[in-house]
Amino acid sequence: MATTRPARRGRRLRIPLARIVLLGFFLVFVLIPLYWMLNTSLKPSNDYLAIPPVWWPDEPTLVHYEAALFAYRGLEGLINSIIVSSAATVLSALFGSLMAYSLARYNTGGQHLSFWVLSQRFLPPIAIVLPVFLIYRNIGIYDTHIGLILAYTVFTLPVSVWMMYAYFRQMPRSLEEAALVDGCTRWRAFWTVAVPLAAPGIVAAAVFAFIACWTEFFFALLLTSRNAFTLPTVFRAFIGFQGAQYGEAAALAIVSLGPSIVLGVLAQRHLVRGLTLGAVRG
Amino acid sequence: MADVKIKGLHKRYGGFHAVRGIDLDIPDGEFTVLVGPSGCGKSTLLRTIAGLEDISDGEIVIGGEVVNDMRPRDRDVAMVFQDYALYPHMSVAKNIGFGLRARKLPPAEIEARVGTAAAMLGITPLLGRYPRQISGGQRQRVAIGRAIVRSPRIFLFDEPLSNLDAQLRDEMRGEIKRLHQEISTTMIYVTHDQIEAMTLADRIVLMRDGLIEQEGAPLELFERPATTFVAGFLGSPKMTFLPGRIVGGSGADAAIALDDGPTLALPSGRDVDAAAGRSVILGIRPEHIHRAEGPAPPGFARLEAVIEFLQPTGSRTYATFRLGAAQVMAEFEAHDTGKPGETVPLDLNLSRASLFDAESQRAI
Repeated sequence: MATTRPARRGRRLRIPLARIVLLGFFLVFVLIPLYWMLNTSLKPSNDYLAIPPVWWPDEPTLVHYEAALFAYRGLEGLINSIIVSSAATVLSALFGSLMAYSLARYNTGGQHLSFWVLSQRFLPPIAIVLPVFLIYRNIGIYDTHIGLILAYTVFTLPVSVWMMYAYFRQMPRSLEEAALVDGCTRWRAFWTVAVPLAAPGIVAAAVFAFIACWTEFFFALLLTSRNAFTLPTVFRAFIGFQGAQYGEAAALAIVSLGPSIVLGVLAQRHLVRGLTLGAVRG
Repeated sequence: MADVKIKGLHKRYGGFHAVRGIDLDIPDGEFTVLVGPSGCGKSTLLRTIAGLEDISDGEIVIGGEVVNDMRPRDRDVAMVFQDYALYPHMSVAKNIGFGLRARKLPPAEIEARVGTAAAMLGITPLLGRYPRQISGGQRQRVAIGRAIVRSPRIFLFDEPLSNLDAQLRDEMRGEIKRLHQEISTTMIYVTHDQIEAMTLADRIVLMRDGLIEQEGAPLELFERPATTFVAGFLGSPKMTFLPGRIVGGSGADAAIALDDGPTLALPSGRDVDAAAGRSVILGIRPEHIHRAEGPAPPGFARLEAVIEFLQPTGSRTYATFRLGAAQVMAEFEAHDTGKPGETVPLDLNLSRASLFDAESQRAI
């Protein structure tokens, strides 16, 4: 006992040290840019590129927020983003869970359909964006919420389907069979038994879909103009002929963080369970 | 309450023919056990009755009504699954009441019926808990509660005890038997365990390769097995099979000459004329072989054999002997055994033994 104690104490000290260094490095790497963004959003314009750097403005100002939200129409972009991302997320989760259930339980389309669904993501977006643009112009949904929601739903569906497919597949069939014998229709067994049990997987898939929509730039840039433009496209305006509007860009970036943080906090518990797929059993 | 009639039932999965033409009549109120080795089609048969599997050919009639294309929910049957299939996101009370809620009964009645069912199974204190918070045996009770609360026409059990440890299995087996005596609804029970089949059944349906090998009352199958397969499947330890040949004349002189072994005179009541001179298999259970004492009683054959090894179980001891090319197991009194290597005189009760044709494996 007496001889082993110093060794054990030494080891006990070393592990947290390595951990702290590693986590500290990671934290710095993540937090410094965030801090600098907040700092920049509150600085007067003269301080952006000052040397030595201004670590915190003497007189923090909200003028950049005002300009970004109103003069540059950032608020409209924010509202459009919320509408489009939420709608696409809900549709993606709804159709995704139905599709995933069908693939998992009825082996719909044999072995190939499920892979075909995923293969949609192999296609570079640039390959389809121009035809989509032309079609949208023709049928009159260019620069509309509907148009972008449709594009985003289709875009996020493959990953949603695959995340939920894995989830439904590991659920014992007997639960739904018990519900069928107990007096449920297929539809009701799906909603009262399969969906509640797959909730962690569905939530995880929905969070991924939302983040993908929220940060999407390319489709939004080409499929919208002055009406349905989303938050990411607003950032174009900050780098222009009159130089870069660093303050406004930083202010809008801070604003765009909000929903992601709220979502992360709300869905955290489900997210962890949803990502460790096979680990849950009743 | 309903009877079940199955006519010419076939079930194919792609190229695999799981059920290959089953005809079965299950009278109202009877406890029928479908038993057989894994892959014999017994679970598939049960699932077609529940409506969880479509049938490829044939007819299923429940209570006089053809149910081939009827959805499970409309068949008014209840099923208990091997893995219990309790809904993990619902409390025990919600689990038991699920079927009643699905049928939109008034909440007050649901509560009353759930209470009665829980009391019947002794799980009232568990009603507020969740499935993950209770033990395996309790889960099985909840699963049974979920079935009985609906008062269905037929109960279906799909290997309900195979996930329990031996002691709980014995206890629950008694519980299910008691339940059937109390509510006397038609029950169809699938198991691969011959002890469950023997103890529970009014009637055993023994299946093999998608066909019925033999059906009847448990003791009927046990004492008069139609084939060597049935004889070997029922009973533990297993029946001993001794290959041989029928020799001698007809009637009283008939005897069986065991391959590489002695010739045993057959009891006079046995009509083996048709099998004279043919290869046969003598099947005899351990409990029909005793240590010989005094003169051999009528119907018994005496021989001597060397003990190979002993297996005491407490109440009885099973002794294994070598007889020609075959091994023979005998059941002895716990202490009255002898030692391995010792030569012991044995009495074989041939009036209780079975004779099978070696070629067809069917009883003579």
